[in-house]
Amino acid sequence: MSALAHPRGAGPAWLREGAEAFLSRYAGLRARLPGDALRREAGAAAFRAHGLPGVRDEAWHYTSLRAFAETRFAEPLTPVADCGALMARLPAIAAPRLVFVDGRFRDDLSVVPGQVAVRVGGPAYGALARPEGEPLVALNTMLAEDGATIEVAAGAAGGTLLLASLGTGGPAERPAAFHPRHAVRLAAGASLTLIEVAIGNGAYLHNPVLEISLGAGARLEHLRLQDESHAAFHLSTLYADIAEAATYDSFALVLGGRLSRLDVHARLGGPRATAHLNAAQVLGGSQHGDFTTVVRHDAASCASRQTVKNVLTGRAHGVFQGKIEVARDAQKTDGYQMSQALLLSPDAEINCKPQLEIFADDVKCSHGATVGELDAEQIFYLRSRGIGESTARAMLVRAFLAEALDPISDDAGRAALEAAVEDWWRRQAA
Amino acid sequence: MLEIKGLTAGIDGKPILHGIDLVVPDGEVHAIMGPNGSGKSTLSYVLAGRDGYAVTGGTATFDGHDLLAMAPEQRAVAGVFLAFQYPVELPGVGNANFLRTALNALRRARGEAELDAMQFLKLARAEAKRLSMPEDMLKRNVNVGFSGGEKKRNEVLQMAILRPRLAILDETDSGLDIDALRIVADGVNALRGPTTSALVITHYQRLLDHIVPDRVHVLAGGRIIRSGGPELAHELEAGGYAAVVADAA
Ligand SMILES: Nc1ncnc2c1ncn2[C@@H]1O[C@H](COP(=O)(O)OP(=O)(O)OP(=O)(O)O)[C@@H](O)[C@H]1O
Ligand SMILES: [Mg+2]
Repeated sequence: MSALAHPRGAGPAWLREGAEAFLSRYAGLRARLPGDALRREAGAAAFRAHGLPGVRDEAWHYTSLRAFAETRFAEPLTPVADCGALMARLPAIAAPRLVFVDGRFRDDLSVVPGQVAVRVGGPAYGALARPEGEPLVALNTMLAEDGATIEVAAGAAGGTLLLASLGTGGPAERPAAFHPRHAVRLAAGASLTLIEVAIGNGAYLHNPVLEISLGAGARLEHLRLQDESHAAFHLSTLYADIAEAATYDSFALVLGGRLSRLDVHARLGGPRATAHLNAAQVLGGSQHGDFTTVVRHDAASCASRQTVKNVLTGRAHGVFQGKIEVARDAQKTDGYQMSQALLLSPDAEINCKPQLEIFADDVKCSHGATVGELDAEQIFYLRSRGIGESTARAMLVRAFLAEALDPISDDAGRAALEAAVEDWWRRQAA
Repeated sequence: MLEIKGLTAGIDGKPILHGIDLVVPDGEVHAIMGPNGSGKSTLSYVLAGRDGYAVTGGTATFDGHDLLAMAPEQRAVAGVFLAFQYPVELPGVGNANFLRTALNALRRARGEAELDAMQFLKLARAEAKRLSMPEDMLKRNVNVGFSGGEKKRNEVLQMAILRPRLAILDETDSGLDIDALRIVADGVNALRGPTTSALVITHYQRLLDHIVPDRVHVLAGGRIIRSGGPELAHELEAGGYAAVVADAA
């Protein structure tokens, strides 16, 4: 009998087999995995029950996990790899840093902060994640080995902290899989700028879960750079619980990965809380990038803002799914969602799915989506001034992205993201 | 400098220019006047190399080189500049960055050293000041939120910085107030010299009081139906196009 009871029974074989492979990895590893065994077992139970999602699952309609499910992953080797070249690619930001190599904390590469309490050495399981609702969270919960708990005390200014993941890549036929589990907790009135960077070489699976809780009036600026290897799978899930008058201000820049999905679940749990879930995906070749958000307004007078930009070239496929849920008591909700896509080639594709579920009556929620190519008139205007066609196109793409990057208030973080875009552009041109 | 012979062109299969003959020698300013829809902007776009126009016959050379075979940016490098009738907005592109990129592209193509940000800003500020443009227009996004007149001034600022050898001004005077009109005229006159020329498209005699043309041409129905000295502009101002068009028919 199969260890996996897929709810639909008859999912495609590759989906079932992919899930089985993870389950048998778990069976082999479970005795050695650190941390809360009950929590881990609950994750495994959820994964056993639901398996991997297929395109018939509504939330995964536009993102097929086939290539991922057909890959057989192995444990990361004890990191002996020389990370010098990868370390050199981290943004040059003068801030403390927590560096994880293939999912494991590396003390020797990290600079532990002063203003922020950090614990590592096992998965930082928190109370927000829902393995039973999210198959990739179940997978993470089942196989998590390490992670950081990052805490800022009440009223403290935590400054800037870099959280980096380096994937060193294994042999193409047995790529490594790692499932880090992090938690960030800001007590009332605390603040932090968290710059999360994921980079790597070769093939691997990076399947992180990050649980963020913000106390009343706390403020987290969260900049995320997903610049993984183009052979890598990046499947991440983030939960943010935002208390009264707290602000979660996030911007995710997605450049890397063969198959990438950023799942974000933000809950505005106290009055006048704010969430900004902005993102830009810049993808080429046959890259697939999915940015999926669920914003839940559970309290009155909260604001959520999402501007998501996609720049797609080659045969790249971008997905943005944004759901706004407004609970009955969340009066005076202000929700805004905008998706803008620039398709630079005829084979590039974007899917955009906004969803509003509103149970309160006094709310202001809007969403919009645009899809277009570069404007021929604008290209001609630039060329008529002596600017070559490829430069002209690059300028207009940058301009499109600048509208997303300009509002980032942290200067060093913004500069790092801008540099990453420039780099992407150079690699694309080469 | 510019020699156009028997040029016919159209768009979407619709013929618009029906055989243009026009020679603008070095150092001369020629004006083109003509009714709405007669093909003035079409001619200027064809000369600047905008996509979508089909040249069906004739030639246009610039310093003896086949202008129509060049990419738009090559024409700019050669020294052609079009001040657009409807300047294009570029959200997200800073005006100073745009101008510096353009100037440095031209300088690079001509084998000259590029200007760094400081050098460029100094030059741009000086030109902006000469054209009585507020300096913050350099900081803003190209033409975004500019008034109609500001957009036209911005075209003239670009011209002043890029210093073309052939400036084609497509109704740069339309929508300008009286002071701005003088500023535009000063901009063109400042470029005048033995090796620079201009093609000034306008509906109004008034601009030609400030930029006195060597020749005035009347473009109607896709043809130049009459050419003359500056006095022709006065004649048109007084009698309108009807008489001239009827004469030519
Ligand atoms: N894309 C197009 N498709 C079809 N017709 C066009 C197109 N562009 C221009 N035309 C037509 O070509 C003719 C010439 O237009 P053009 O803009 O050159 O006139 P103009 O002389 O500059 O007029 P104005 O004085 O109003 O600026 C007009 O009848 C116009 O409607
Ligand atoms: Mg016109």
